[in-house]
Amino acid sequence: MGLGLETFPTLAAAGEALAANAAARYLGGGTLVVRSANEGDVGFETYVTASERALTDIVVADGRATIGAGVTMARIAREPALGFLAPAARAVGGPAIRNMATVGGNLFAPVPYGDFAVALLALDASLDIDGEPVAVSAFLAGRDTTHAGALVRSVSFTLPAEGSFLFAKASRVRPKGASVVTIAAVVEERAGTISSARIAYGCMADRPIRAPAVERALAGKARTAEGIAAALAVATEGTAPPTDAIASAWYRGEVLPVHLKRLLLPA
Amino acid sequence: MKKVPVQFTLNGEEKAEFVESGVTLLKALREKIGDTSVKAGCQQGTCGSCAVIVDGELRLSCLTLAERCGGAAIETTGGLAHGEVLHPLQRAFNEGFATQCGFCTPGMIMAAKALLDHNPQPSREDVVEAISGNICRCTGYEPIIQAILAAARANSLSAA
Repeated sequence: MGLGLETFPTLAAAGEALAANAAARYLGGGTLVVRSANEGDVGFETYVTASERALTDIVVADGRATIGAGVTMARIAREPALGFLAPAARAVGGPAIRNMATVGGNLFAPVPYGDFAVALLALDASLDIDGEPVAVSAFLAGRDTTHAGALVRSVSFTLPAEGSFLFAKASRVRPKGASVVTIAAVVEERAGTISSARIAYGCMADRPIRAPAVERALAGKARTAEGIAAALAVATEGTAPPTDAIASAWYRGEVLPVHLKRLLLPA
Repeated sequence: MKKVPVQFTLNGEEKAEFVESGVTLLKALREKIGDTSVKAGCQQGTCGSCAVIVDGELRLSCLTLAERCGGAAIETTGGLAHGEVLHPLQRAFNEGFATQCGFCTPGMIMAAKALLDHNPQPSREDVVEAISGNICRCTGYEPIIQAILAAARANSLSAA
C-alpha cells in the first residue's frame, strides 16, 4: 500500500495531525522515515510534514545560534557563522545525504548514526519543543519515553569560545563511514588549565551521552599528556557501547581513550 | 491510494504526471516517466545509485518524495548526452574504464556533475569527497576518480 503525504503550514498543525493519527510519522529530510518505509515498516501509512519558515532559519546573534530543525547538514557546513560546526555537519553521510538530512532528524538517528547530535550535546544545546526549552541531554534521555513523538522546532546554543569546540569521528571507511565512535567536546581553558569541559560521545551507548567522569577529571588540569591522564583512565565510565556491523562493544571501549587523547591534546 | 499532480522539469523538459501520494522520486522517474537511467539500489540512502540533481543539489531519489519536487529542475544521467555526443563525464568514464558492471555509474556521474557544476577544477580530495556517498563494488574507485579529474581537465581546456 502506498503512503500519503500531508503538508501543514505550521509545526503545531502537523503536531495535531500526528496526535490524531497513530499511523502517521513526521517527515523531515526523509533520510530516516522514507528509508524506514522502503525497508518495509508497515507501522505507518501517512507522512506528515510542515512548511513553517522557522524550521529552515539560521540565526546567529548576540553570542547565540538558533538553527531550525529543518536546516540541512549541507547548509550548516557552508554557513560562515557556524564554521566551527562544519566538521560535525560534514561527518554526516555523503554529499547527497547532507543535502537532505536535517538537524531535527539527527536528534532521532539511531546508533551508529546521529553524529551531529553528539556535537549538540557537547554544546549543551536547548531544543524548542512546543515553545518550551528542553535541554538536549534531557531530550535524548527521554527520546523514547517522555519526549517520544516530540516535534522539535529549533535548537539553540551559546557559541563556544574560539578554538574550544573539538570534534572527532572514527570510522572504518573514509571519508564517509558509519561511526565506530564519535566525540565532541567544549573545553575552555584559563591560565593554562581547563576551567570547564563538556564531553559527549556517540556510539558509546544507544544514543549520544555525556561523559561526566571525564569532565570532572579534566577540571583544573592542563591539556598535557600528564594533565589528561586521569580523564583517559575513566574514559569508558558510564558507557554501554553497542555491538553492530561496524564494531564490537569491546573494540569501541578499547579505541575510545585513544581518540579522546588525540582530540584533547593540542596539535 | 490517492493520486496527486506533480510538475517539474526533467533534463530541461516539462513533465506533468499524476503520481501516488507518498511515492518516491525514484519510483516516479523509473515507473511513471520511464527514465530508467536512475538506478534502484539499496533504497536505504547508502549506495548512491539513485542520485539525481534537484535544483542544483545532489539528492537521493530513493529517499525523496516526488510530491516534494513540484516546480523543481531535476537532472539525471539520461539527459546528459546530446544525441550521439556524450557529456564529458560520460566520455571520460568510457575512455577511462571507470565503468564495469555499470550499476553505480549513473549515480557516480550525477555526483561528479554536482561537484563540477560548483567546482570546475576540483582536487583529488574534492573528488573523493564528492563520490563518498556512492558505492562501486567493481572498479576499486581509482578509475572513477581519474575519469572525473579527466573530465574536469577537458572542461577547462574547452573553456580556454
